[in-house]
Amino acid sequence: MAYDKFNVLVSRVVPMSAENVDTDQIIPARFLKATERTGFGDNLFRDWRYDSEGNPKPDFVLNDPTYSGKILLAGKNFGSGSSREHAVWALYDYGFRCVVSSFFADIFKNNCLNIGVLPVTVTADFADEMFAEVEKDPSSEVKVDIDAQTITILSTGRSETFDINAYKKENMKNGFDDIDYLLNLKEEIGKFAEKA
Amino acid sequence: MENKTLFDKIWDAHVVKSIPNGPDVFFIDKHFIHEVTSPVAFLGLESRGVPVLYPEKTIATPDHNVPTIDQDKTIKDKLSRMQVERLRENCQKYGIDLHDLGSDHHGIVHVIGPELGITQPGMTIVCGDSHTSTHGAFGTIAFGIGTSEVEMVFATQCIMQVKPKKMRITVDGELGKGVTSKDIILYIISKISASGGTGYFLEYAGSAIRNLSMEARMTICNMSIEMGARGGLIAPDETTFEYLKGKQYCPKGEDWDKAVAYWKTLKTDDGATFDLEYSYDAADIEPMITYGTNPGMGIKVRDMIPTTEGMEGSEKKSYLKSLEYMGFQPGEAMKGKKVDYVFVGSCTNGRIEDIRSVANFVKGKQKADNITAWIVPGSREVEKQAIEEGLVAILEEAGFKLRQPGCSACLAMNDDKIPSGKYAVSTSNRNFEGRQGPGSRTLLASPLTVAAVAITGTIADPRDVFEN
Repeated sequence: MAYDKFNVLVSRVVPMSAENVDTDQIIPARFLKATERTGFGDNLFRDWRYDSEGNPKPDFVLNDPTYSGKILLAGKNFGSGSSREHAVWALYDYGFRCVVSSFFADIFKNNCLNIGVLPVTVTADFADEMFAEVEKDPSSEVKVDIDAQTITILSTGRSETFDINAYKKENMKNGFDDIDYLLNLKEEIGKFAEKA
Repeated sequence: MENKTLFDKIWDAHVVKSIPNGPDVFFIDKHFIHEVTSPVAFLGLESRGVPVLYPEKTIATPDHNVPTIDQDKTIKDKLSRMQVERLRENCQKYGIDLHDLGSDHHGIVHVIGPELGITQPGMTIVCGDSHTSTHGAFGTIAFGIGTSEVEMVFATQCIMQVKPKKMRITVDGELGKGVTSKDIILYIISKISASGGTGYFLEYAGSAIRNLSMEARMTICNMSIEMGARGGLIAPDETTFEYLKGKQYCPKGEDWDKAVAYWKTLKTDDGATFDLEYSYDAADIEPMITYGTNPGMGIKVRDMIPTTEGMEGSEKKSYLKSLEYMGFQPGEAMKGKKVDYVFVGSCTNGRIEDIRSVANFVKGKQKADNITAWIVPGSREVEKQAIEEGLVAILEEAGFKLRQPGCSACLAMNDDKIPSGKYAVSTSNRNFEGRQGPGSRTLLASPLTVAAVAITGTIADPRDVFEN
């Protein structure tokens, strides 16, 4: 599915320092019953965000009006567990375009790149500084430049480069997905399948 | 010729094209689908106006969301019903083989694949489910994918993958009494952590692994994802061939001999190198249980919950938050804690051997009054066998409730939910917050330990119960 092009993003940051946040927390299984890809943002972090009666829990970061932005700053090992792409759909639908962490789970990271949410892996030290800055000033902004492969904390000027393979980078910049690419290889794939 | 690992051999044989500084175009031999992660992929196909390229390479079954009672009746939950109906419509429209609810081979996708012999050594297998790693037990590269990738497989039989690094985990020696393959994998995850396998594909080796049955190997490979690895495999051997021989989808006659001759070449060459290696002694492994909210938080049943010594910052905060959710204190003993539910089932431990081990353990005993005991076979075939072997009668006598096949309380998408605040000792694979229902508290263990818990009503070491 096509998604928004990603070039330069300058945004405030929503901090969530919990480690090992699994995809069951990002979107609990009972909300995977849809047959279409819409409305998942409403149930993003459902059980951390709302109590059992559906009232917002005031101490959860998404319910705290102090914080907003298109960048989610997450703790170590974000997105572990289930392969549900719904987790990324929920983040995207809610409005996040970039997730920053010192460590991502594999399938989650792949899923992000497939639907246009940029996963940026930073050093633990850089993540700590981001957490500190957003705590000091929730309106402080971070700049993510995919072409330069840099992430910069604008208030301190500290910058780091991040990895993304050249193929995925082009896809993200143009809003392309893998199927467009694969469909053009049909002949080669056909030959391979005959041989196999 | 260079020395290759088993993983390299299978991977390299499936690369259609390598993109410089990018992923490989990776060919998929078998694609399993279920009702939850496929509908949006089918919608994608429709909007692009492309067909399923090789429908015969995809196999479907509804498992995640199906009720485990009254499967012959219309599904009550509207959304669940819609997903199952959509799967039927899509399979019919695109000519995909469906093992539907109520049919002879319905079941959890990772149980029926091996059971039918669809899973065979040397294959690449994907499914929109992270426990696809289960199939690695047969010497396959099998892993979970997202829905965008499900659509890619439909449209082109390929996905784009960067080749992971390689890790070998060797377990040598003899397992002690009451120690099972579930304990091996919970032990490994407790050592490597819930993220220690991230970026790697695993190979399990060593005499303790070789001596395991196929069912037990599947339990190990199934939980590879619980340390963050995409998958894990075990080289096929006589045990594998013996298991597969005569299975419905396996080659027959001369073709079988040819297949076995090829399968015998599927092993890591001497001198092949891994990016990372771990070795463990089977004698150090004891019955295990988890106490926290990720599968890396596991200890021996007879041990104490670790204290926060040496932890600081967000690690300590996350650790304490996890224990708070579970209602446990650092330094406490696990044994003797009261439990409310036991759940035997899932793609990890819902096979006939698992049900046998529980039945043998509880035979002639009664579950404790405070325990609700659910047993959910992984497939219709498992259910049938359990009835024929008299296991169901034994289990019902002991107070267990037998349900119909499906993923059930492992992820609680259907009505099989553990109530908020209650403790469930489960043979499943994830102890995440709310995994078995909002507010539920899950402790992962082997079928044998779960049986011991069911009888005593508290967290128990099966070896102690044996002695009594």
